[in-house]
Amino acid sequence: MSAATPTVTGHDVAEIARTYRGSFLRDSIVVARRNLRRIARQPQIAVFVLIQPIMFVLLFRYIFGGAITIPGIPYVDFLMPGIIVQTLVFGAATTAIGVAEDLKSGIVDRFRALPMNRSAAMAGRVVSDQVLNLMSLVVMVVVGLLVGWRPTGTPAELALAFGVVVVFALSFSWIMAAIGLALKEPEAVQSAGFIWLFPLTFISNVFVPPSTMPPILQNFAENINPVSLVSNSARVLTTGAYLCGEDLCTDVSANVLGSLGWSIGIMVVFVPVTAWLWGRLGD
Amino acid sequence: MTAPAVEAHGLVKRFGETTALDGFDLEVPTGTVLGLLGPNGAGKTTAVHILTTLSRADEGTARVAGFDVATEGARIRSRIGLTGQFAAIDEHLTGRENLVMVAQLSGLPRDVARGRADDLLDRFGLSDAGGRAARGYSGGMRRRLDLAASLVTSPEVVFLDEPTTGLDPSSRFALWEVIREVVALGTSVLLTTQYLEEADELADDILVMNHGRGIAQGTAAELKDRVGGETIVVELSDPTALDRASDALRDIAGGELHTDPRNGRLSFPAKGDRARLAATVRALDDADLDLVDLGLRRPSLDDVFLELTGERAVADEAADDVAQPTGGRR
Ligand SMILES: Nc1ncnc2c1ncn2[C@@H]1O[C@H](COP(=O)(O)OP(=O)(O)OP(=O)(O)O)[C@@H](O)[C@H]1O
Ligand SMILES: [Mg+2]
Repeated sequence: MSAATPTVTGHDVAEIARTYRGSFLRDSIVVARRNLRRIARQPQIAVFVLIQPIMFVLLFRYIFGGAITIPGIPYVDFLMPGIIVQTLVFGAATTAIGVAEDLKSGIVDRFRALPMNRSAAMAGRVVSDQVLNLMSLVVMVVVGLLVGWRPTGTPAELALAFGVVVVFALSFSWIMAAIGLALKEPEAVQSAGFIWLFPLTFISNVFVPPSTMPPILQNFAENINPVSLVSNSARVLTTGAYLCGEDLCTDVSANVLGSLGWSIGIMVVFVPVTAWLWGRLGD
Repeated sequence: MTAPAVEAHGLVKRFGETTALDGFDLEVPTGTVLGLLGPNGAGKTTAVHILTTLSRADEGTARVAGFDVATEGARIRSRIGLTGQFAAIDEHLTGRENLVMVAQLSGLPRDVARGRADDLLDRFGLSDAGGRAARGYSGGMRRRLDLAASLVTSPEVVFLDEPTTGLDPSSRFALWEVIREVVALGTSVLLTTQYLEEADELADDILVMNHGRGIAQGTAAELKDRVGGETIVVELSDPTALDRASDALRDIAGGELHTDPRNGRLSFPAKGDRARLAATVRALDDADLDLVDLGLRRPSLDDVFLELTGERAVADEAADDVAQPTGGRR
């Protein structure tokens, strides 16, 4: 031990560091705050994240929407819950891009050589990215209301609808964190990291009821795709239970529990996968 | 006798077909600076990554600050500082925010982290820039901030991977000063560099590596001795007269004459014999050859490097405007 160990207001910094074993919560918050600062200082990111969904709403509301008829419900009421889910699922891609950029900038090597908790960097990233998601959620709701969306659910139902969607988006952020760690290069993420979201969100009930799709796609859209399940949950909760019984939904709780089940299942798989990839980054 | 700050035995690391480390050994005694010198692709960064727990060795063992890199990574990470080959700072944060973040992630409470960040900004001449985003920093400022970040916790062992690559001479000298201060505190340092001069300036001991292995170790003076003593160097004003000069000097040089047609230079060992210098002057005078320069030159670490690796050092290569044929990879 050298005699000249620096102290700050009486604290021996080397001694504090030597005994630090990382704290998941504390370190995640430090990283999340750093990411939020980055978002605030690059307003173009937020603009990009917000403009695309607005264009989608206008496109489907006014260009395609006129040609689509849903029995028993105005198309805009059918569309908005689904397009919110689609937007937040795509929003998760910012996590993969952010992770790859952090890898490229070298800051990940800095993190990995620190005594911080080994899962905190990814947790901080995923949590802070939900702030962008919440922003796009608010923008979507406002734009939806402007183009004639009239959700009829009770406040509790609306809150549950948004909650289900946000938890699902959170789970997709973990998938995207793993993809960012696996692909490593921002360019690779841009070109290969999230193209799979297009079939996932389009072969679903987000934009149209799957009943007119070819049988294989219809089966996927109705019975397999979690995006349909989550969209349906949001739709049922925002349009009011009275619409159940049409071909839109069967049972609110089955949809909601199914959606949460998917979200939790995804995280149970991808949180450890992410930690594993993080540990192997240097190999 | 305390344990060495860093010791590695038989490290092997493969990336697919490439063997980046091929039985690499190293020891940094506590409180000393070891300069790890090698050309591009020698395996310096790979070694640093394994020793800082960023990467795992395929074979071999290593201990840092007394702990095993394979099983006690957390203890090592809380005792080391790493300045990687490429600056690892957040461009969108200010200098101060970068340091506070690193300090907090090293366990310092927020107030202590802030105090420590201010101390370091002050010490590294970044106080004025501390409130600006790092994006706007010059190369030298980035390097200093990066170095400051690796010293936040006053670590026992510091790893510096090519800390001054890409800096202009004055920034490099400024950084050397900072590194000397760190060393003066008794910190053990492993420094990699391609600049022979840098290893000579900062390191107590130099380990030369190539192709994933150490090939020589010693002080700068010891390494220079391996190449032999002083050299007599003659530079002609008319490079085309090289052949005539070679004939004139052949007897004196005794079969060890090197010629360099690019700049009309001839060199041969002085063999500690000062009379050779006088004889050289006479021989050239008799042959009626004009000189630009004539002198005795001590071997540089460049010569050592060339001798040991068969490759010219990169710093030297960059300084030459004409490409040199090299023994292997660049
Ligand atoms: N992640 C990796 N994947 C594949 N090959 C790698 C990887 N990292 C290093 N290598 C290879 O291993 C060898 C050693 O690389 P390393 O970066 O350790 O050299 P270095 O001495 O630091 O070189 P430089 O002076 O250029 O930084 C090189 O041949 C390099 O191409
Ligand atoms: Mg390197």
